[in-house]
Amino acid sequence: MELHETCHDGIKTVTVPETRIDAAAAIRFKDAMRAVTADGPDHVVLDLSNVDFVDSSGLGAIVAAMKQMGQGRRLDLAGMTPDVAKVFRLTRMDTVFVIHDRVDGATQRDAG
Amino acid sequence: MNAGFHLNAVADEMSVRALLADMRARLRAHGLTEAACSTVEIVLAEALNNIVEHAYTGAGAGEIGLHAVLAPDSLTCTLSDQGAALPASHLPAGRLPDMGAGADALPEGGFGWFLIHSLTRDVHYAREVDTNRLTLCFDLPEPDGGYR
Repeated sequence: MELHETCHDGIKTVTVPETRIDAAAAIRFKDAMRAVTADGPDHVVLDLSNVDFVDSSGLGAIVAAMKQMGQGRRLDLAGMTPDVAKVFRLTRMDTVFVIHDRVDGATQRDAG
Repeated sequence: MNAGFHLNAVADEMSVRALLADMRARLRAHGLTEAACSTVEIVLAEALNNIVEHAYTGAGAGEIGLHAVLAPDSLTCTLSDQGAALPASHLPAGRLPDMGAGADALPEGGFGWFLIHSLTRDVHYAREVDTNRLTLCFDLPEPDGGYR
């Protein structure tokens, strides 16, 4: 999966251009996340605003992407659409991540 | 008056995607709210992924059938496949996995049956000769009124 990345004020924003992180996409997503977070800022914001749907495979891949970044680093989520927010809320994974309504709110220096 | 539709898919991940898109378009056309459509799609995605990954594992691609019946206040979806039976021919309980101690221990799976049970009124599983039949019942509209 091709992910788009930008850096601003020491925070890396990774945007998922695809509309689904599901069983068909989960491994490609996790591998692409490993590549884009291998170096660079310790604080990464994952922009999910294009993603309409996440299933449990996709949820697991987002958790794995956070874990594989290693200790002392941080993965926030931003721009969740309603169906994606519902899966995070039901599984209580919304308590694990810092979640921003919008990407530009997540990348302000004083945010979080 | 009840309405319904029947869809078939090959048991692979991309065909499941296409089946879910087709189903959602049909449910929307029947007037279901986006919240109800998303509930049904989340549940069907988990049930279909289980069939692709577990029922047909190692046996090559099989077929999956989806039969949907819409009543004014409910939706019943029946999935059928000719893969392996559920272990002990029983529905898994579907508890939320342990959140673990610290980020390193967070679960990366085990959410599927939890989501299925959480979002349905009723789930029924039957093994009939060589066929698995999973029946998923939804109340319409959603009791929680949709998105919070």
